[in-house]
Amino acid sequence: METKNKKLVNMDLKQYGMFLILIGIFILFAITTKGANAKPVNINNLIMQNGYVVILAIGMLLCVLTGNIDLGVGSVVAVTGSVAGIIMIDLKMNMWVAILAALAVGLLTGLFAGFFIAYLGIPPFVVTLATMLMGRGLTYTLLQAQTKGPFEQSYNFIGAGFLPVIKIPLGPGLANALGGTTIDLISIIVAIIASAALIFSEYRNYSTKKKYDFAVNPTWQIALKLAIMLFIIWFFFVKLALNNGLPFVLLIMVILIAVYGFITSKTVAGRQIYALGGNRKAANLSGIDTNKVFFWVYVNMGFLSSIAGIVLAARNGSATPKAGDGFEMDAIASCYIGGAAVAGGAGTIVGAVVGAFIMGILNNGMSLMGFTTDVQKIFKGMVLLLAVTLDVLSKRKKS
Amino acid sequence: MSDYILEMDHITKKFSGVTALDDVNLKVKKGEIHAICGENGAGKSTLMNVLSGVYPFGTYEGDILYKGEHCKFHSLRDSEAKGIVIIHQELALSPLLSVAENVFIGNEQTSMKGIIDWTETRRHAKEMLAKVGLENEDVNVPVNTLGVGKQQLIEIAKAMAKKVELLILDEPTAALNDEESRKLLDIMLQLKEQGITCIIISHKLNEIEYVSDSVTIIRDGKTIETLVKGVDDYSEDRVIKAMVGREMTNRYPVREGVNVGDVIFEVKNWNVFHPDDEHRQVLKDINIKVRAGEVVGLAGLMGAGRTELAMSLFGHSYGQKISGTVLMNGQEVHLKTVKDAVKNKLAYISEDRKTYGLNLIGDVKENMTIAARPFFFSNHGVINENDEIVAAQDYRQRVKVKTNSINQVVGALSGGNQQKVVVAKWMMTQPNVLIMDEPTRGIDVGAKYEIYCVINELAKAGKAIIIISSEMPEIIGTCDRCYVINEGEIAGELTREEFSQEKIMQLIMAHMRKGDGNGN
Repeated sequence: METKNKKLVNMDLKQYGMFLILIGIFILFAITTKGANAKPVNINNLIMQNGYVVILAIGMLLCVLTGNIDLGVGSVVAVTGSVAGIIMIDLKMNMWVAILAALAVGLLTGLFAGFFIAYLGIPPFVVTLATMLMGRGLTYTLLQAQTKGPFEQSYNFIGAGFLPVIKIPLGPGLANALGGTTIDLISIIVAIIASAALIFSEYRNYSTKKKYDFAVNPTWQIALKLAIMLFIIWFFFVKLALNNGLPFVLLIMVILIAVYGFITSKTVAGRQIYALGGNRKAANLSGIDTNKVFFWVYVNMGFLSSIAGIVLAARNGSATPKAGDGFEMDAIASCYIGGAAVAGGAGTIVGAVVGAFIMGILNNGMSLMGFTTDVQKIFKGMVLLLAVTLDVLSKRKKS
Repeated sequence: MSDYILEMDHITKKFSGVTALDDVNLKVKKGEIHAICGENGAGKSTLMNVLSGVYPFGTYEGDILYKGEHCKFHSLRDSEAKGIVIIHQELALSPLLSVAENVFIGNEQTSMKGIIDWTETRRHAKEMLAKVGLENEDVNVPVNTLGVGKQQLIEIAKAMAKKVELLILDEPTAALNDEESRKLLDIMLQLKEQGITCIIISHKLNEIEYVSDSVTIIRDGKTIETLVKGVDDYSEDRVIKAMVGREMTNRYPVREGVNVGDVIFEVKNWNVFHPDDEHRQVLKDINIKVRAGEVVGLAGLMGAGRTELAMSLFGHSYGQKISGTVLMNGQEVHLKTVKDAVKNKLAYISEDRKTYGLNLIGDVKENMTIAARPFFFSNHGVINENDEIVAAQDYRQRVKVKTNSINQVVGALSGGNQQKVVVAKWMMTQPNVLIMDEPTRGIDVGAKYEIYCVINELAKAGKAIIIISSEMPEIIGTCDRCYVINEGEIAGELTREEFSQEKIMQLIMAHMRKGDGNGN
């Protein structure tokens, strides 16, 4: 018993504190909107409306890890959306050609910014301020300041479609309790698989730690953490099942979160970004080609911006010159709210995604309460400032 | 009134349960130079922060009596108003501003409120600089165009401008070479003549012996004793004994059971030019060889080109137009990038761990494994985290990093422990050749000893080790052989039997004369 106790270590609460804040804000709005924000259709909107910000926040986190930001992403979203629009509407070509072209344009903008930043040493702030201006101007020129649409349904599926469903009617009792008349079986099955995967990965993590005789968290903490995660999963999936099932955007998001979560935590290349952000000179002398890291971080940002551009155009069913306006700020704010260090070197993909959802819930809740977007901006600004201030103060206390 | 300018009585300072200072007493006589000694983490800097108001009154227990007055400082400003100025190890100068501006930063010379009087600023700055022996310096040039030694003196001039009465210097010579250090110490002696009281914190015991009138030794947050020059035994060994709490009969552990093997590292005709000036040759026809299990020193004055040699070898990290050959185990290797160097089993431990060695916000494990990761802890780019944890635990014990966990953030460790993390980082790359640049700079006697032990272990394991050090006793104490480098050339080579500080200096002087002769 005694030796066992020695190997216990408390969980880092800060890592999970964001989830609690997320839940807290959600409950707050549930009260102020009298439950309107928890309705199945609204949960669905929450995911569909924030899909592109989540995608951008993932890419932005890598930039933030290097200690920089990318101001150009909103404009790249617009350019790639308009390229897809022109190909489909004006050139009347296949949607796949449009998607590939949009991805290629996104990569090109990334290569462009990455080249100036990594190999000519121009500060990222300046380079991406330039791509922001150039991208927006290019969009207006390409679209001749007009909206291009409507797009074919098969393309719009990317932003507005749902995965296949098996709808089962609910009895009157359940229908009343859950707030819907049918429930999608596929969503429930996916939720079960996700829960099993979560429990399994937690168990495997625990047993490897035991095997190597590393310190583990107390059982009640692991159980509590699992319970909260499972609650979030089931809350979302049940709500989605009561609506139209799983949005396609959710699939894109989950894949990107998984891939980039893996890259940033488990690969040599990913950890090199952290090393670069922590101390560039030391990273150089540790055999890391920091120029190369910078280059790929910005190429990647261009690539993810194009995915966000494709999704946004699909959701709107058209390409508009003002598309993606201000998205860069939402993405940057998501990273900071999600606990990334402003100076670089610290932050997680999950944190950035949670940050994006905190922003999304704020936007959504305030819209439901009838606040205008202008007022929403005031609150968003305050939340960003508060989050970073708390982060900085808590660090100062520690040292 | 007593003849003490400062009396700190029964100072106790706790940080969330950890006692950093435990009933510390410090008495400083007016007009003396008082040294404070102690290992890293002993509490010297904490004590000075209490004195200068960085830790405000009320956050510590005890009493500060300054010029017979009870002091309750709430900030640096309060203590500066009383004439107490602290100069930290890291320079607090604004690099792009002029010398004059820096001297009066935060204390501007104004004609009307808020409007700077530039004429007065320059005139006054010249006066202040004269007091620290910089009367010939142009006050209009940016501070970063001057050397570190002069910058340190400008810090003192800045203190003078604040009408300092009690000057506290925290490791003032840490970044200076012997000559610059001597100059600084002499300035301190001059200040003493002018009636200024000084407190100096330093690891360099020879400097303390030279400059100070009394020394207070702190160990583990407690005052051990105060020694007075001319009254007590004031030798280095005596001070070390009080610092570590035991006799340090030998500061350098004996290396036994090492079989020096064949030459495994050889540099031939190495030429390097300055990175910003392609006509300036920094290194000229350097030839060195090191055998397996051999520890070879590179001695020389600061700026002789030793760090430049090491960094140019280590993946061309310094300089341009590099020519020459590097042989490893008799085979020529091309080390154009750091990655090439690591792959070919060469490691370089930088002289400046904070700038070039560590990710201070990263944890111990991350810092230890970052360089070795592509080669040992990953498979097709995917990290094997469990291997990393096992290795980090192992090396933490091998190099004796004093930390509870490998998840400890490196920035929170003491200098000695940080240095051990850097050493572990490069041991993990399994090098055959290690270049250690000032491996014990700014770390305490105990940590130094442990680093020397690690060096011995490495030699025993058949590694070739090159040590760059500006402390000649360190070269003499640890090396089997040494090259003396001066002005980018090898000035000579000495074997262990020939070692002495005089010999090294003679070689440098002889080479300088030769250089002058060639020049004329």
